[in-house]
Amino acid sequence: MFLRERSRDRHKSLSKESSRSEKSVTINAPPEGPLLGNQSVRGEEVQDDNWGETTTAVTGTSEHSLSQEDIVCISKDLDDSVGLDCKHYLNVALSVILGLVVLLTPLAFLILPHLLWPDRLRACGTACEGLFISVAFKLLILLLAVWALFFRPPRAGLPRIFIFQALLATLVLLFVLSYWLFYGVRILDSQDEDYQGIVQYAVSLVDALLFIHYLAVVLLELRQLQPFFSLCVTRSTDGATQHYNLGQLSIQRAAVVILENYYKDFPVHNPAILTASKSRTTKHLAGLKVYNVDGPGGNNGAAGIAQSQSRAMIAAAARRRDSSHNELYYEEAEHERRVRKRRARLVVAVEEAFTHIHRMQEAEQKKASVDVMDPREAAQAIFPSMARALQKYLRTTRQQHLHSMESIQQHLAFCITNNMTPKAFLESYLTTGPTLQYGKDRWLARHWTLVSEASVTSGLKDGTIFLLKCIDFNLVVTTKKIPYIQLAEEFIDPKSHKFVLRLQSETSV
Amino acid sequence: MSFIPGQPVSAVVQRIEIHKLYEGDNLILGFSIGGGIDQDPTQNPFSEDKTDKGIYVTRVSKGGPAEVAGLRLGDKIMQVNGWDMTMVTHDQARKKLTKKNEDVVRLLVTRKSLEETVRQSMMQH
Repeated sequence: MFLRERSRDRHKSLSKESSRSEKSVTINAPPEGPLLGNQSVRGEEVQDDNWGETTTAVTGTSEHSLSQEDIVCISKDLDDSVGLDCKHYLNVALSVILGLVVLLTPLAFLILPHLLWPDRLRACGTACEGLFISVAFKLLILLLAVWALFFRPPRAGLPRIFIFQALLATLVLLFVLSYWLFYGVRILDSQDEDYQGIVQYAVSLVDALLFIHYLAVVLLELRQLQPFFSLCVTRSTDGATQHYNLGQLSIQRAAVVILENYYKDFPVHNPAILTASKSRTTKHLAGLKVYNVDGPGGNNGAAGIAQSQSRAMIAAAARRRDSSHNELYYEEAEHERRVRKRRARLVVAVEEAFTHIHRMQEAEQKKASVDVMDPREAAQAIFPSMARALQKYLRTTRQQHLHSMESIQQHLAFCITNNMTPKAFLESYLTTGPTLQYGKDRWLARHWTLVSEASVTSGLKDGTIFLLKCIDFNLVVTTKKIPYIQLAEEFIDPKSHKFVLRLQSETSV
Repeated sequence: MSFIPGQPVSAVVQRIEIHKLYEGDNLILGFSIGGGIDQDPTQNPFSEDKTDKGIYVTRVSKGGPAEVAGLRLGDKIMQVNGWDMTMVTHDQARKKLTKKNEDVVRLLVTRKSLEETVRQSMMQH
């Protein structure tokens, strides 16, 4: 999705692996502030706590001053957005012009004879006037149909032109031009008196335009409805995979469909979870030192030395690996146990908090003896009792940067208003949901690049592979053709279901 | 003990003579039978060939006349007093065994261990 991103530089996050210098370094937490605001809790946690590492890395850039990098970023953003607007407005302008031409042509055909040679024109009989009505209604239907199909807000900006739309526009243009040519030569030049013929000519134009619109519906909307390919989409950072069935589309249109589904099907990208495996591998390769015993001018050449070094490292790493799987196992078991313990405490705290809230009935509201609160105040009242347990749980599962205190309170007010149970409230914190569930500023990926070896306007084929790149991760898409299914039939007569009883009896004699 | 339809069946058999015992009003032999051509042969736990619809001994009561005479669990009864037992229904077998006017039944039974014993003794010679 190409959306304007002027405010992106405020909310970009720096993950450990990325080393792109064009990004500016800012605090990871949103401007609303950290979750609970008590500094003492942070000191206890030794696990990767994003606040700890990013606050120290802010070098000389506060929120109000701009560094050199910021200026470069902003100018780039402006360029991008101006470029997009131009393209979009160009498209809209072209389609409006084409629409006007199409709409006004039949009317022009009908009106011009009256303007240019009214005296010589034969009077229009009843059949002819009937045709006026048909022209009017068909034009109205055409207008509505064109509005319905073409004047919708665009879902995405594609890198190349949409071939079918361009084809259709060219077809319509050629068609209208050829009608004008014929009209100009045979009717205007010779000043034909047969007005009924002219009206019929205009009606035929509108009919043909309606058929072109039907062609447009079939090409743009109907053709890709029948599923033909099965696309397998894998995220490169954590391997989350989904499958989608699509029809015959071009690669860029397929990419748009996949991205629209990405936001609702894939669990949100959480960079905090990914750092663990990298640290493990760097830990055990870092402990190995390679000493060159032969010396620089020894028996091996330079290439041989490099080869033997790498082989030695791999062999030593393989031997080392025998113990690190043990560490992994115990570490994961310990983590699992800790998560479950925190989860149990959280669930109990939330259930207890919810028991304090009661919805007041209408009748009781008249005689309010205690303070009556609206949902937001109720949420704020019970939030402190569960806040600590919730924060600890989010820290353990490394989700704390996805939820701010404000968003949690809003969610709590929402659940209270809609009579949800504590379990319903907790569901969005216990499981990682799709990206759509979190606020717009968490959608770390909004600018996508399509990387493909085949041309992006070419159609999908069996075995097509393309990549959708965003700053933090890639989506790898592979295509497989859905096999041709041959169904055979077998008829079972309902009377053929018969059963016998077979026993094994035992008799004593 | 499998059979080929149309071919004569041959087996090593043992003669067992059981004297019926009076128990109250009835004459009993002290064992139970299972099987028959009207029964389901696949449920027979004692037969080697699960299509064998012969009559098998499914229970031998302790100290009864059958055990005393040498009948064992899992034996297949081939003849009772000269009547064939390999192709009879369950009820016909019961009738042949429980005739009121006979107090001795002479059975021909076969079991797998009989064949092995014969084979071993033949090999020794």
